[in-house]
Amino acid sequence: MARSLREPEKLLFEISRKNHEGYRTPANDVGDVPVGIEDAYLREDIPGFPEVTEVEVVRHFTRISHWNYALDDGLYPLGSCTMKHNPRINERAARLPGFAESHPLQPCATTQGSLRLMHELEGYLAEITGMDRVTLQPAAGAQGELTGVLLIRAYLTSRGDARRVILIPDSAHGTNPASAALCGYGIEEIRSGPDGCVDVEHLRERMGKDVAAVMLTNPNTLGIFESRIQEVCSIVHDGGGLVYMDGANMNAMLGLTRPGDAGVDVLHLNLHKTFTTPHGGGGPGSGPVALKKMLAPFLPVPVIEKEGDTFRLRHDMPHSIGKIRSFQGNFGMLVRAYTYIRTMGPDGLKEAAETAILNANYLRGHLDDVLDLPYDAPSLHEVVLSDRTLEETTGVKALDLAKRLLDYGFHPPTVYFPLIVKGAVMIEPTETESREELDTFIRAIKSIVAEARSNPEIVKTAPHTTPVRRLDEASAARKPRLRWKPE
Amino acid sequence: MLADIGAPSLDHLLRGIPEALRLRRPLDLPEALSEAELQAHLEAMAGQNRSAKQLASFLGAGAYRHHVPAAVDALISRSEFFTSYTPYQPEVSQGTLQAIFEYQTMVCQLTGMDVANASLYDGASSLAEAVLMASRVHPERRRIVIARTVHPEWRQVVDTYLSNLDHDVVEVGYGPDGRLDESELASVCDGSAMVLCLQSPNYFGVVEKIDRASAVARSVGALLVTAVAEPFSLGMLRAPGDLGADVVCGEGQAFGNPVSFGGPYLGLYATRDKYLRQMPGRLAGEAQDVDGKRGFVLTLSTREQHIRRGKATSNICTNQGLCALAATIHLALLGRRGLASVARLNHARAEYAKKALAAAGARLVFTGPTFNEFVVRVGGDAEALRDRLLERGILAGHPLGGFGPGFGDALAVCVTEMTTRAQIDALASAVGGKA
Repeated sequence: MARSLREPEKLLFEISRKNHEGYRTPANDVGDVPVGIEDAYLREDIPGFPEVTEVEVVRHFTRISHWNYALDDGLYPLGSCTMKHNPRINERAARLPGFAESHPLQPCATTQGSLRLMHELEGYLAEITGMDRVTLQPAAGAQGELTGVLLIRAYLTSRGDARRVILIPDSAHGTNPASAALCGYGIEEIRSGPDGCVDVEHLRERMGKDVAAVMLTNPNTLGIFESRIQEVCSIVHDGGGLVYMDGANMNAMLGLTRPGDAGVDVLHLNLHKTFTTPHGGGGPGSGPVALKKMLAPFLPVPVIEKEGDTFRLRHDMPHSIGKIRSFQGNFGMLVRAYTYIRTMGPDGLKEAAETAILNANYLRGHLDDVLDLPYDAPSLHEVVLSDRTLEETTGVKALDLAKRLLDYGFHPPTVYFPLIVKGAVMIEPTETESREELDTFIRAIKSIVAEARSNPEIVKTAPHTTPVRRLDEASAARKPRLRWKPE
Repeated sequence: MLADIGAPSLDHLLRGIPEALRLRRPLDLPEALSEAELQAHLEAMAGQNRSAKQLASFLGAGAYRHHVPAAVDALISRSEFFTSYTPYQPEVSQGTLQAIFEYQTMVCQLTGMDVANASLYDGASSLAEAVLMASRVHPERRRIVIARTVHPEWRQVVDTYLSNLDHDVVEVGYGPDGRLDESELASVCDGSAMVLCLQSPNYFGVVEKIDRASAVARSVGALLVTAVAEPFSLGMLRAPGDLGADVVCGEGQAFGNPVSFGGPYLGLYATRDKYLRQMPGRLAGEAQDVDGKRGFVLTLSTREQHIRRGKATSNICTNQGLCALAATIHLALLGRRGLASVARLNHARAEYAKKALAAAGARLVFTGPTFNEFVVRVGGDAEALRDRLLERGILAGHPLGGFGPGFGDALAVCVTEMTTRAQIDALASAVGGKA
């Protein structure tokens, strides 16, 4: 066994030794040129900055990498996160020098390949979602939400009717209210009904002339399709508002159903969820926004236009909401998503959604008698269970179950979200997993639930086999140490 | 599997989707390709670009080509890093968390600040987040003062982020040295100002007098936000924190990440301890496990959207994890001496280029000192010159016509350790019409 799996690795700054070097600067070919900056604005040194060799750097990062559980290790069933396989051709594509070495301010005549790829990707995403136009600029889902809400605001304002409130279901992702607030909107919560879907009657009551939009997640965070979505759209549209859809769960819809056909006006996608760009330990993401044509005049600039067989970036859009990110967005992620769509084709995408749904239902069918199923509406790509009975009978909570799964060699599901479920255990296996992998996971959960009855302590004190065990997060927040400092 | 769970058919599992909404035709997308076919297709597409690699490139203006050591890509390509998620389960995410902690430390060391977050999207949104933080620190103030020499795209992003909040954005111009106009600054930066934002080196490449700006901001109680677009400058220039900045934000792309037609990049964000609980974005912190072992966790998350929802300090959820990891590894390889020596080589070559271009007849626009980027007037339409030089394999720089009236003949020229003396000489003789 590698030593690094047993022993902690020091910080870079602790490994650092005077005059260790990992880089050679190219030769100075311009001779002794005097420094043109006043001494007052120059620095002599960066105290504490690491001095390490290439070997030390490579070993350091290789060692700490061993402490990560990764999708390539196995099932990573984080609900709402869509941890699906990251095909390696995507990585090769994004690193092609023609793409990776192109500067964003090059003249369009020299970047026709990049612009073509973006233009085609916009078209694919519009077709997949049933929308008219797409902007690829937002850097992640939350920035996509911000873009979408700004588009709504610009559209309503142009009609002299800005309005002041956005309605958000109680099961929504936290980014929804945070993004709406950033656009200056007040936020009001709409209840979920007993079926797990938006309480349409509550929405009907609340809809009024002050409501700019409803932000709806579909399938919602319970993994349930909002079966009355057309009615929701009608109520909102009749009241003069617009419907925003959080497309985080688009993986359940590919080729099966399209938000645009249901009446959604604007939505964001997460390329790092549905379209296999890697999660990278927390990013980069990419959050394209798809919209109906009445919102198109307000698109962020630049937009890509095709004239004949050439492409250009258009900046002069008088009604644009402006720029949401510098340049053209997370282009490298766009290359990966484009590559995925071309790998899969229309049938492959549909099959991916079907398999993801089958896998989630397979887990549900085997686990709904082990944990509680708070909503029995049909599950799509994920299923949300609850620790209610488990906790009442054994004292073992969702968090304990999650931590014990680490000892069984699995990354746990999302726990305690959505907030409307007590002790939620939110499982999204994706289409990536084989039946064998799912069976191993089911056995692990069953075994832990059995342990909770026979030996609850072993579950409550889990994990026991990880590089570190439960960490004292309360003390870490009370006395934050957020950087290394010399002793 | 269907039979095993008692489901009669796959369609049965889809019964929650109303029949009227089922798509009963195939998506209108190109048919699937094999990997071999797809790679050939992508290579052909990438081949329609003329990348900066095939050209002698003098383009900067917010995205910078530097040499990224081979070890960076090798390490970030490890499955353990690039196929893992946000480190919500710290027991099996210590690799990502320790790397973030190291990243935060190095950003603090470079900027001279107390605390840095795990990264934001890019330089532009980092600046917008800094302004939003200032508005939380000074909720009673309305004015945002921003230098016109901040990257125009970043100013646009700030405007977009603030468009529906009740603020008043005032721009401050620059003097003949390309630096912030101090008398204009004094006239607009009054007690109603919550924040003063400047960029150094600025959009013209000119190094600002951060200490002077800080004195003005301090005198009226406004925060000083300094943005950096070319972070290699921090290897040579005094840390903004030592000169009085309250927030240092900026674009981290130059560390470890290719220019990649605009992204993915990473936003640097660092500030002083006293603003810790107003910061946007993720933070990794040190913690002890039940056995007393050192480890790392995401911390102070009560600031964030998944806890605070509509009252969070920012709507951001992700960081630019893998880009920040690339930056961390690149910085570790460069190290204390390498970063300084590359920065000095950038500067030396840029100073050489200034002289060579001046000798060829171009005129330096500003007298203020620069790091690795500067603006020249080329005695004619800069865009036309750029296009003409492209035919000779030279990407001459960024024409500044879009910046405003009087800039049609101005070209922003950037020189890094990737730009050789021979390329600089070729540019100078082309500009001088001698080649």
